[in-house]
Amino acid sequence: MLSTIAMILSAIVGLSLIYLLIRTIQGHPVERRIVFVYIGLAVVLPLLMNKTLPLPVTKDVRKLYDRLEQLQPGSKVLCAFDYDPPSAPELQPMAVAFLKYAFKKDFKIIIMGLWPQGPQQAQQAIEEAMLDPIIAGKNLVQGEDWVNLGFQSGNEFVIQSMGTEFKRMFPKDNRRIPYEDIPLLQNVVNFSNVDFVMNFSAGKPGTYEWVQFGVDRFGFELGAGNTAVQAPMMYPYLRAGQLKGLLGGMIGAAEFEKVLNEKGKASTFLLAQTFAHATVIIFIIIGNLAFFASRKKKTAGAR
Amino acid sequence: MEMISIWIAAILTLGIFSFLYKDNPLYKACEALFVGVSAAYWAIVFYFDNIYKKFYEGAVTAEEPDYFLWIGAILGLLFLTRLVPKIGWVSRWPMALIVGATAGLWMVGYFVSNAMNQIGNTISNIIARDELTGAIAWGETFGTMVILVGVVSGLVYFFFSKEHKGVFGATAKVGTWFLMVTFGASFGYTVMSRMSLLIGRVDFLLGDWLGILR
Repeated sequence: MLSTIAMILSAIVGLSLIYLLIRTIQGHPVERRIVFVYIGLAVVLPLLMNKTLPLPVTKDVRKLYDRLEQLQPGSKVLCAFDYDPPSAPELQPMAVAFLKYAFKKDFKIIIMGLWPQGPQQAQQAIEEAMLDPIIAGKNLVQGEDWVNLGFQSGNEFVIQSMGTEFKRMFPKDNRRIPYEDIPLLQNVVNFSNVDFVMNFSAGKPGTYEWVQFGVDRFGFELGAGNTAVQAPMMYPYLRAGQLKGLLGGMIGAAEFEKVLNEKGKASTFLLAQTFAHATVIIFIIIGNLAFFASRKKKTAGAR
Repeated sequence: MEMISIWIAAILTLGIFSFLYKDNPLYKACEALFVGVSAAYWAIVFYFDNIYKKFYEGAVTAEEPDYFLWIGAILGLLFLTRLVPKIGWVSRWPMALIVGATAGLWMVGYFVSNAMNQIGNTISNIIARDELTGAIAWGETFGTMVILVGVVSGLVYFFFSKEHKGVFGATAKVGTWFLMVTFGASFGYTVMSRMSLLIGRVDFLLGDWLGILR
């Protein structure tokens, strides 16, 4: 019922945009608050529709998936959570999808963060992943199947130091248990003892630092999930093979959910994002029309 | 308790959104609260993670104290000499160490990751081949050519020792087009990111707060 109402309202909103376009051509510019209302509606109505879009999986996401598929059960995967709650709408769905996949494949997960709130986001993602009946049935144990080493300050210096010894940077996990007493970390000294590194990043320090101070110095394999703002800067690294795969923004998260066959939040958010983008594009056109109309008016007035 | 925190978060979110209509006291209160809470949060993080966990537990109470941490602590304290104008110059020593160490660390990393590896990739993979069959992958090869042209013309644009005229000027012009497309793509991605934040908040309001979304 709600979904149907939302669809009808969306159609009305779409038609009213044509009305705005005509009014602009007639020389009546749109007030900025009207733009905000339309963007708001473009986000709210699709969320109420609760529909997903058909989505092709791009090569960047497929590459990451293919590499992860090659890892054997029991592989140790280091996950760096370098983001905070404001970036969660983009990165949290990626993290949840990744952890669900990793736990189902019996990977051993080592969590850390170069951002203070990162390990807290990881904790939330783990709790959500644990709700999956298959994962819940595995009775995973903290310290044996996964460990949260917490946050460490020092940005790129932390990565550099971890190249020698993880324990130097993380003497205890987030439960204050000493590194040497954690079963999962018994044979983990440095990067050479992990099979893959996954980084969820919203800025600096993040993927940029992991490539420069990790991949190119210590030679491990890195996959990344980035906010859309950051993603364009990472494509050169992806092309050069310094990154094994890249999930860029919400679309990347939705593709990752699709390739993993997980229905997560990113897939449901995607329709709202598409509507919002379409609205922005329409307002860019309206804005340009208003600009040219006012210029024409000025020129005519000058004559 | 969780319900109270959801209500507080919802009211604060709506308070910040209210700025879209116009500046108002609720927005100002939310903004001030955000600044205050952020400052307090970071103060606690810096105290607990740096001073307590890293220094106190590492250099004072540890079974095998790391005495190098004392050097860091002393250098850190030297920053405070700025508060005394007569000996304020001492604060330049820790600053010099930070600048020197950071520059040294970044210089090599930056050069290897952003120069050598990128140049190598631009040169070596001009003709891309299918990984399985070995046949020329035309789409990818075209992409590589575009990158090559973009890199060369972009570099030419930033070469200011020669006047941008003739073939050189035309190449520089192509460079500006590439830059424009790059900025446009970056702007598009930024819009995408900001929309995601809005979607996240709306999802919270409709889902966690109002319970409309399941």
